Amino acid sequence: MGCKTSREIGGMGHPIKRKEDARFIQGKGKYVDDIKLPGMLYLDIVRSPYAYAKIKNINIDKAMAIPGVLAVITGKDLEKYNLHWMPTLMSDTQMVLPTDTVMYQSQEVAAVIATSRYVAADGVEAVEVDYEPMKPIMRPKKALEPDAPVLRSDKEGKKDNLIWHWETGDRDGTEKVFQNADVVVKEQIYIPRIHVVSIETCGCVADFDKVEGKLTLYMTTQAPHAIRTVLALVAGHVGLSEEKIRVISPDIGGGFGGKVPVYPGYVCAVAASVLIGQPVKWIEDRTENLQADSFARDYDMTCELAANKNGKIQALRIKTLADHGYTDAAANPSKFPAGMFSICTGSYDFDTAFTEMDAAYTNKPPGGVAYRCSFRVTEAAHAIERMVDRLALEIGKDPAQLRMENFIKKDQFPYQSALGWEYDSGDYHRALEKAMDIIGYDDLRKEQAEKRKNGELMGIGICSFTEIVGAGPSKDFDILGIKMFDSCEIRVHPTGKAIARFGTKSQGQGHETTYAQIIAEELGIPAQHIQVEEGDTDTAPYGLGTYASRSTPTAGAAAAKAARKLRKKARKIAAHLLEVSEEDLEWEPGKFSVKGAPEKAKTIQEIVFASYTNHPQGMEAGFEATHYYDPPNLTFPFGSYICVVDIDRSTGEIKIRRFIAVDDCGNIINPMIVEGQIHGGLTQGLAPAMYEELIYDDEGNILNGSLMDYLVPTAVESPKWETAKTITPSPHHPIGAKGVGESPTVGAPPAIANAIIDALSHLGVQHMDIPITPYKVWKVLNEKGAALEV
Amino acid sequence: MATKPIKVTLNGTEHSLEVEPRLLLVHLIRENLSMTGTHIGCDTSNCGACTILLNGKSVKSCTVLAVQANGKEVTTIEGMATAEGLHPLQEGFREMHGLQCGFCTPGMIMRATELLKQNTNPTEDEIRWGISGNLCRCTGYNNIVKAIQYAASKLNGTEMPAELKEEVSAEE
Ligand code: FES
Ligand code: FES
Repeated sequence: MGCKTSREIGGMGHPIKRKEDARFIQGKGKYVDDIKLPGMLYLDIVRSPYAYAKIKNINIDKAMAIPGVLAVITGKDLEKYNLHWMPTLMSDTQMVLPTDTVMYQSQEVAAVIATSRYVAADGVEAVEVDYEPMKPIMRPKKALEPDAPVLRSDKEGKKDNLIWHWETGDRDGTEKVFQNADVVVKEQIYIPRIHVVSIETCGCVADFDKVEGKLTLYMTTQAPHAIRTVLALVAGHVGLSEEKIRVISPDIGGGFGGKVPVYPGYVCAVAASVLIGQPVKWIEDRTENLQADSFARDYDMTCELAANKNGKIQALRIKTLADHGYTDAAANPSKFPAGMFSICTGSYDFDTAFTEMDAAYTNKPPGGVAYRCSFRVTEAAHAIERMVDRLALEIGKDPAQLRMENFIKKDQFPYQSALGWEYDSGDYHRALEKAMDIIGYDDLRKEQAEKRKNGELMGIGICSFTEIVGAGPSKDFDILGIKMFDSCEIRVHPTGKAIARFGTKSQGQGHETTYAQIIAEELGIPAQHIQVEEGDTDTAPYGLGTYASRSTPTAGAAAAKAARKLRKKARKIAAHLLEVSEEDLEWEPGKFSVKGAPEKAKTIQEIVFASYTNHPQGMEAGFEATHYYDPPNLTFPFGSYICVVDIDRSTGEIKIRRFIAVDDCGNIINPMIVEGQIHGGLTQGLAPAMYEELIYDDEGNILNGSLMDYLVPTAVESPKWETAKTITPSPHHPIGAKGVGESPTVGAPPAIANAIIDALSHLGVQHMDIPITPYKVWKVLNEKGAALEV
Repeated sequence: MATKPIKVTLNGTEHSLEVEPRLLLVHLIRENLSMTGTHIGCDTSNCGACTILLNGKSVKSCTVLAVQANGKEVTTIEGMATAEGLHPLQEGFREMHGLQCGFCTPGMIMRATELLKQNTNPTEDEIRWGISGNLCRCTGYNNIVKAIQYAASKLNGTEMPAELKEEVSAEE
């Protein structure tokens, strides 16, 4: 991509090295557990061994007798202040601590506060809880049976375990198309419960200053401003008013959606600090994090696709059963309870679709966070991309060919999808062609045919996904009523160096570098002279945080817009300094010059200096601007991925031979960072495709609740990713960018699943649910009589 | 709880302390000695975020008791740069974009330090196996492998693979 700015300025398109790295490579990052305040106490949590039980009694005497244990907080204590329940992001209710019933295994039951981490853990061991276990409901199907016991009996009038039913599209029209279609394919596709496992777990330090009445909360949060407002709303009645709450999100060790919700531990730490008047630190263990923090996915989808005999797709229908655990704490902050699931028509041009969903309560932990994807887009993409392959298999057409024939064409954009989205831009054919060229698709198909003759198993899988990111336009998107705009405030100092603050919060995405590049692009101030700050609600402008690939689409746009306000001002000042009219000036990155007399020029640094020392009379002094950006539409990044696998017939082992990811995220701010985001997202797509799943037995026990059993891919499982790009700018975004962090997590699982199933399709295999493990493959090989004896 | 006296040298400085026998080395480093560059990412010895050098050998400091480090030398990420500048591994991680959130990075660098001592010119496969006790959730490992290759070339004086050179010469 051609860069408009020089290397020195380092605007858009320059692969500049990251500004934030200096501290991270020297061990000088400041993560929440690195914070140590004078007099700081430690909080640890007693958790339930049962998935569903009555609490008959909690005896804290032995715990309190341990030297150094200062307090044990239970639900009954919180109840006195009406703080035992809190709202979820979906306006459901969640216990902070239970007063009488626990609803999932590892639920928080009591909080122990002590002088050290170790003593707090001793205290947890010594708290005696008397439980009366009950039979949990672990499967959403069971939960929705008419005679199922009602789990949320705390809700007045609640007579079943249905949280909501949601539907969109044309039910009757879709039915009609299905009745008349030449070909209908149908699959049951389950996307299991998984966990984000950011390598840093969650935690906080709550520091309540009794004299000032001010709470400072250092917290692993992706959305500090939203947290401040929520705290003010739920704890206003005990004296925490919003100007007295400061949320600081320090360096964050990965988020992926898992650091969007409010967990009970945070609230307990705040309550403890307010109660005791000393700072309180809570840092969860990995095991607690895996077992109690928000999960992702858990969608059971019945998918149907209708087509004519040539494979022209005519309609899609999906019925989903969603397991939300005991409360709806999903992160789908929008009018749509299933987030952006209705992107499920994908990259294909057809005008009839219908999708409906039932969400159920069960005795599992709450959640429904992203796992590095925009709200529920991964589920949607998996459904359509699996079904397109399923259709190709049914009619005997090459899956690449079938996609090419059904893609929305580039001159159809902006494209109105069957389920109501307006796709901003795309060129799907080009992305898939590019992926096919790079990987040598036709040769691979020939090789596969040869191998099959010899009984060898090799598969090629394609995924041509369309993402939907950048939440979001205020008409549809809010968190508890707060619209999902985002913001940027730029202050340029007299010497031409700047600080820019944002309402978002990087968790590794490199905002300190990329935001500086956007401003450098617009103002010509070198990126290295622009300091970026996020995460402190006392100083940063209001914004809804970083998740769902929204930072570039929203705050990135705000940066460009704020910078453009400043450029306007700069033009006025330059005209004043050069004694010409504004129209006589020409802008090139870093300076204004007089048209036809390029030697008469003022650099941005001179202009900024003048704004403090010699500003035109009647103009406001200084050089600052703020912009709150409410996007007119979402952005629609896309891509085509191709995966090649070889399968060992004796063990079922799956080897990813090659994987090419062609991504299009519109204009690129920093190609090095974009590529890095794609690599990371691909490994996080590999994870659910082949390794990860949170498994529960019918008694409610989690069977793989630690990193010993929950398999996060290492460098050995992760293949050497190949990447390439096409660039189709977003027409409505100020810098034409679309956002990228999550595309690969969305696109990789179907590509991998399709490859494995393709390797086995000639044996009669039509579908397999992820994670597709060697054991699952080995079982299939045995069933089909295709396994080799070892 | 009864305490034990220990002497530990951390990044060249000797410390004499009284510690509980159950204290983990990682907590000794982070809390008692306030060097927070070494991180904690799990409670089952799986993630490697806590990796340090104990007498030059990389170990997961969450799985060693502080008292076991008595009389030994501990090197953490804070001890890697010298007066001359960054360690080639630190440089490599920055040049090759081998980190995103940075949480796994200190552990990765400490593990790679020993890896490159044992094997001065590892293949890509040897690097991947060599860091398989360390989890990274952000980078997908491609660039971590490159960062270690970069450092290997710098340390053993061999030519850098072409793929890496391209990235180094990319604009700063
Ligand atoms: S903290 Fe995870 S291995 Fe030590
Ligand atoms: S850079 Fe975030 S875990 Fe490795």
